Amino acid sequence: MMRFIFVALALLFAPPLAAQDTMPPAPFAYRQLDDPAQEAAAQELMETLRCLKCQSQSIADSDAPMAGDMRHQVRIRIAAGEAPEDVRAWLTSRYGDYVSYKPEVSAVTWPLFAIPGLLIILAGAVLFGRLRKRSA
Amino acid sequence: MIAELGHAALWLAAALAALQMASGFLALRAAEGSEIAALVRPSAIVQGALASFSFAMLLWLFAVTDLSVKLVAANSHSLKPLVFKLSGTWGNHEGSMLLWVTVMSLAGALIALIERRLPDRTMNATLGAQGLVALGFYAFLILSSNPFERLPVPAPEGLGLNPLLQDIGLAFHPPTLYMGYVGLSVAFSFAVGALLTRQVTPDFASAMRPWVLGAWVFLTLGIVAGSYWAYYELGWGGWWFWDPVENASLMPWLAATALLHSTSVLASRDALRVWTIMLGVVAFSMSMVGTFLVRSGILTSVHAFAVDPERGTFILILLGLFIGGALLLFALRANTISEGQRFNATSREGALVFNNVMLSAILAIVLLGTLYPLLTEAFDVRVSVGPPYFNPVGAIFAVPMFAIMAIGPLLRWRQDRVERIRPELSLFAALVLVALIGFGIVANVAILPLLGLALGIGLAVASFLPLRGRSLKRVPLATWGMVVAHFGIAVALLGMASESAFSREKLAAIEPGQTTQVGPWSVTLSDVVPVAGPNWTALEGRLSASYDGSEPVALTPQSRRFWAPPQQTTESALSTRWNGQLYAVIGDRSPDGRWQLRLWWKPFVTLIWYGGLLVALGGALALVGRVITDVRRRRIAARIVERRSDREALA
Repeated sequence: MMRFIFVALALLFAPPLAAQDTMPPAPFAYRQLDDPAQEAAAQELMETLRCLKCQSQSIADSDAPMAGDMRHQVRIRIAAGEAPEDVRAWLTSRYGDYVSYKPEVSAVTWPLFAIPGLLIILAGAVLFGRLRKRSA
Repeated sequence: MIAELGHAALWLAAALAALQMASGFLALRAAEGSEIAALVRPSAIVQGALASFSFAMLLWLFAVTDLSVKLVAANSHSLKPLVFKLSGTWGNHEGSMLLWVTVMSLAGALIALIERRLPDRTMNATLGAQGLVALGFYAFLILSSNPFERLPVPAPEGLGLNPLLQDIGLAFHPPTLYMGYVGLSVAFSFAVGALLTRQVTPDFASAMRPWVLGAWVFLTLGIVAGSYWAYYELGWGGWWFWDPVENASLMPWLAATALLHSTSVLASRDALRVWTIMLGVVAFSMSMVGTFLVRSGILTSVHAFAVDPERGTFILILLGLFIGGALLLFALRANTISEGQRFNATSREGALVFNNVMLSAILAIVLLGTLYPLLTEAFDVRVSVGPPYFNPVGAIFAVPMFAIMAIGPLLRWRQDRVERIRPELSLFAALVLVALIGFGIVANVAILPLLGLALGIGLAVASFLPLRGRSLKRVPLATWGMVVAHFGIAVALLGMASESAFSREKLAAIEPGQTTQVGPWSVTLSDVVPVAGPNWTALEGRLSASYDGSEPVALTPQSRRFWAPPQQTTESALSTRWNGQLYAVIGDRSPDGRWQLRLWWKPFVTLIWYGGLLVALGGALALVGRVITDVRRRRIAARIVERRSDREALA
């Protein structure tokens, strides 16, 4: 545990570097966490985060340098004990809702959740109408 | 000269489509026995020949890499292997649209040649509608995406094809999907034709059914191939990502599945008339929506390589015209078509209606989740909708659907009692419950994969129950088709759930000679060597992988560098066992000399595609069964006519 906090701190104070393709990837871009439970949580989260430089890929399945950096961020934050949803919130506060494949209910996205509800009612109504009146 | 011949043939084909449309619709209004009707079938056949000729010319241009043609110069390269030169013909926007109209006109020609069951008026209306749809696509092709355009000065060398597309799996993925899309256009034309003449009859459904079945088989194969391609080619072991382009192929499939079942009810029970027509319109609409999404460049995704807003607008207008027109016709005519035979809720029709409603709801969810981000983007708000949305929301409708799918085929037509199938019902429920408890409590599997495993096991057994107590030799081929297809769905479901629940991932950085573990496998990196192909060079990892201490197998994942266009791809290496796949990818070398290895052990992942293939096989069996029955019936009808004329001659 201490090791990860140390890594996190070391990164926090590391001198800012220009992100270049020629740079070696961040330490945890291609390295799993030692704790299987934490790695599983990180993996599950990474599969639902969008690689912003790619086209329709999650950061868990992209070779883009930025996806690697984001994987690194996710892993060290999970390792430091943050809850996956907190990491997601941190990333969406930085990159916007676009980064998360899991839409949250908001002023913009409520139809995504209201329409399935309506569909359930509609499907029920259609089935009731079609199947009930015949049973007589 | 070749390009000009192709271009001219395309114009002529468009003119014949116009003739086919005009004569088809005029024949509808003309008096019985009018001569205009004689034009319809020949123009459809000649149109098919001309479009095929045009496509053959484009194939030729790609085969010889004629760099004076803009499309060839932009998408091909003289050094490419021949098979990818040929597949490059449809690996781009213009070529793929030409392929689309070619397949469509061939389908039209085929109906014109062989379909004799329907009344002439419905047939003419159907071919007229087919001509109208084709004309729209010819206009699109000729006016906004001419594949035969020449360059003022021939290019010295082509720009090449995206290396990701230089793969045998992807070479045949688009044609397969297009055959599916186009088969649905035939169903659409049938639906429009039947609406125009108000003849929504079992005969109409029997005539349409082979087309729907064929389209559905091709769509299934196309989706399976696309999914497997994404799985091994993109190098991360993902097989479905609810990417808009994947959804664009899934939506027509969902609609076609519903249409297929509804057509069967109409053909054998004369029920669900309006419903079948509606689904016929929806299924082709989804094909067009899919084409619009992929071809307009509105999406940013791994698959969509074409970017041109002008074309998007054109397709959108076509989409509006065809779908809007069909829906208007539907609204005007639907009330004049009666619903057909009635049935009880507890009957096979009842179960089919239930599942068609579920399929339609899933279709609506996929459509919503795919289009909604585009809608918000128009208002400058970007949101992403991905697996965390589609999986649970889709499951709301998919779970009851799989349950009904298990018991529906056991019910009798029209009216039945639940008590009659109680033993089968109990068996299914017991299997699902045991699996739920077993995997849920003992293996602690997450909820969605858990439901998938339980329903998959239940359905796998239940799909064979309709054969119980029947003489297997006398079961019709079409019934076998249903059993195989339903079993295939169960198999695919098991694969998906197992992949999601039991996959093991290992990212390792090791030096040659070192060994790492993933799941039951131990993998040793023996060496990394440079290799070269026809248009790429690569670093190849030499791995030896041993399952649980058994004889090691060799794996050679590559990191390839193409030079035209310059791009790096990862070629994964797979080791397939009966119980799953080991998936290995080699990455970069870190400064300390160790190599990045990405390894996955995916238990039973192959079931996903085997299941998909079984589904397609089931469809093909049903198709063959129907065609054989049809041919036999025709022969008998011909013999009856013969005998009658003999008798008359004798008298």
